[in-house]
Amino acid sequence: MYELIVFLPLLGFLTAGIFGPWIGARGAEYVTTGLLGVSFVLSWIAFIMVAGGADAHVPIGNWFTSGKLVASWALRIDTLTAVMLVVVTTVSFLVHVYSIGYMSDDPSRPRFFAYLSLFTFSMLMLVTADNLVQLFFGWEGVGLMSYLLIGFWYERPSANAAAIKAFVVNRVGDFGFSLGIFLTYQLTGSIAFDQVFAAAPGLAGKTMHFLGMDWDAVTLACLLLFMGAMGKSAQFLLHTWLPDAMEGPTPVSALIHAATMVTAGVFMVARLSPLFEMSPTALSVVTIVGATTAFFAATVGLVQNDIKKVIAYSTCSQLGYMFVGLGVGGYSLGIFHLFTHAFFKALLFLGAGSVIIAMHHEQDMRAMGGLRKELPVTFWMMMIGSLSLTGVGIPFTPIGFAGFISKDAIIEASYASHRYGAVYAFCCVVIAAGFTAFYSWRLMFMTFFGERGDWSASLPANAHDDHGHDDEHGHGDHAAHESPLVMLAPLAVLALGATFAGMAFRYLFIGGGYETFWRQSLFLGQENHILEEMEHVPALVSALPTLFMLGGLVIAYYMYIVDRAAPKRLADEFPALYRFLLNKWYFDELYDFIFVRPAFAIGRLFWKGGDGAIIDGFGPDGVSARVLDVTRNAVRLQTGYVYHYAFAMLLGAAALTTWYLFGGTM
Amino acid sequence: MGIDLSHYLVLGAIVFTIGVAGIILNHKNIIIILMSVELILLAVNINLVAFSTYSGDLTGQAFALFILTVAAAESAIGLAVLVAYYRNRGSIAVEDINSLKG
Repeated sequence: MYELIVFLPLLGFLTAGIFGPWIGARGAEYVTTGLLGVSFVLSWIAFIMVAGGADAHVPIGNWFTSGKLVASWALRIDTLTAVMLVVVTTVSFLVHVYSIGYMSDDPSRPRFFAYLSLFTFSMLMLVTADNLVQLFFGWEGVGLMSYLLIGFWYERPSANAAAIKAFVVNRVGDFGFSLGIFLTYQLTGSIAFDQVFAAAPGLAGKTMHFLGMDWDAVTLACLLLFMGAMGKSAQFLLHTWLPDAMEGPTPVSALIHAATMVTAGVFMVARLSPLFEMSPTALSVVTIVGATTAFFAATVGLVQNDIKKVIAYSTCSQLGYMFVGLGVGGYSLGIFHLFTHAFFKALLFLGAGSVIIAMHHEQDMRAMGGLRKELPVTFWMMMIGSLSLTGVGIPFTPIGFAGFISKDAIIEASYASHRYGAVYAFCCVVIAAGFTAFYSWRLMFMTFFGERGDWSASLPANAHDDHGHDDEHGHGDHAAHESPLVMLAPLAVLALGATFAGMAFRYLFIGGGYETFWRQSLFLGQENHILEEMEHVPALVSALPTLFMLGGLVIAYYMYIVDRAAPKRLADEFPALYRFLLNKWYFDELYDFIFVRPAFAIGRLFWKGGDGAIIDGFGPDGVSARVLDVTRNAVRLQTGYVYHYAFAMLLGAAALTTWYLFGGTM
Repeated sequence: MGIDLSHYLVLGAIVFTIGVAGIILNHKNIIIILMSVELILLAVNINLVAFSTYSGDLTGQAFALFILTVAAAESAIGLAVLVAYYRNRGSIAVEDINSLKG
């Protein structure tokens, strides 16, 4: 059964990818979606079985053996994997269904569905990995599919640029990740999780010499591995690719850049919890990086105007929350937030996709407004997603939307934690909770409330025209239309998850059912009692996220419903701050200055100077030029005048005679 | 002082040199080149006949006759080529004949 879950999407990919031209777009849609549907049903069965205690280990085959290094293909099915299986197949299946509607006028649908299925396969390989190398296989597989799907509309230069950017930034993280795998192998002599985890406690206090300093070996390994997670999960400093990745089709953003792939880093840290638990320093770094990301991305989300960019920064910010959860030692908190986030963020993205289709591929929120009447279903779905994202619920009770339960648990845990950096993390995530509410409601108010064109005054003068060029729908017809049922049904399912997933699974994931549910899949050290401690935080701390959420809501309501001139006044009041946020803290410009341009300069130096001037100059080009010089002189001998030839002949004859007559004697 | 072999050889050498100089120094007319070639052949003939008489062997004189025949044929061909060339290019000035220039 587990093989089926993992390999059915691969079968779907092969069918749609190879036979796409024969079975047609419709056939490719049905085959991939159908196979994934089976996988989806089986995953839930597997989840129920595993939750009941039936862990499994399914060997598939040997990959390679080199001395002591043994890498095998195997499926490791424990609770952590089962949770990820459910998340991945559920969201992927719903996105497949949704894409049938969303991509209905795209000519390369077989390719799209083949990519989606291959992505799902890679992601399933990642979450079922039994060893670090198989994890890396899935890791790179999803990275590749992310590249291909961001650049799916390869006619657009911006999509290609975004795809390359995502790939390159991820390589930075993966460089650290592979070093981490090497170091783990060197320390433990194995890459299989079982052996690594068994050897982990013995590594405490071991040091290694690196870069002229003695480092704690486990800390170094964890930090390197975490670097991979930072790249994949778009954490602070390596986050720049995620907003650009919105160039891809919206279902891709929902599946890859919200629900599954970007959470691979969170999964990896949770999977390696026995290793991370050995190194409080590394966990502190995880906490601080996560908190910084949560705060930073939320601030940028406040001022973005592209509906998908707002949700993208929100994703970035929520990933930060997950890492804070992991960092303070509550691995299940991070995974729980991952679980609920997958529902409400996929819901928001797919809802945004519905809005974008209705607006004829317009993504700028300033061109929207008043869509509540035209898109009632989408509106209510987005409303549920926003309620869940902002964490609406009743404090002190386990009643609320999914985001409320998982996010507030993380905030409480960050308060309760004694880890170095936890206070900073607490401040960051609480403020970010307020910001989250503000930008979510800003999105809702700008898109669905008021009247169309309320905000068009602030649109750049020519932005609209620029946008319309490659748009076959044109902008003549501005009437928005509700999406077809095939797109709304997945929204409804996700809305169910976004509403009830928190309440339904709280007990198992982070409550009293923790021990029997997770068993050995998550490891907690002797001193780690974070899940108990977070239950005993002061009442004010429990209420604080809700207060901040309400604050964000009220401010957004005032600025975008009551006093519509307020946003502009505020921006004019603090122009430097506004531009700083609008330009995403100038990270792109900074990286362009520090890395991109020097890289181009070095490249040009080696190209023009090294290759062109030196290698070509002294090599092929130089030799051919000398040959040409010689022949040019030789050609000059051939004047074509008869008397010159005669003279040369005479000289030759004279020389020959002279040699003949006197040569012997000399 | 009688006329002995060396006089004939000197004459042959002089005629030969005139012929060679005619080919090399003449830049005007291609017919002069043909005439110079004839002069060179004549110089050779003088030598052949002189040596033939000197050594009392008639072979050389017979050879000279053959050379005269071949020279006549060669002149005929050369002139024919010249006429054809003139028809093509409209000039037989040596300066203009440089189609072989590389």
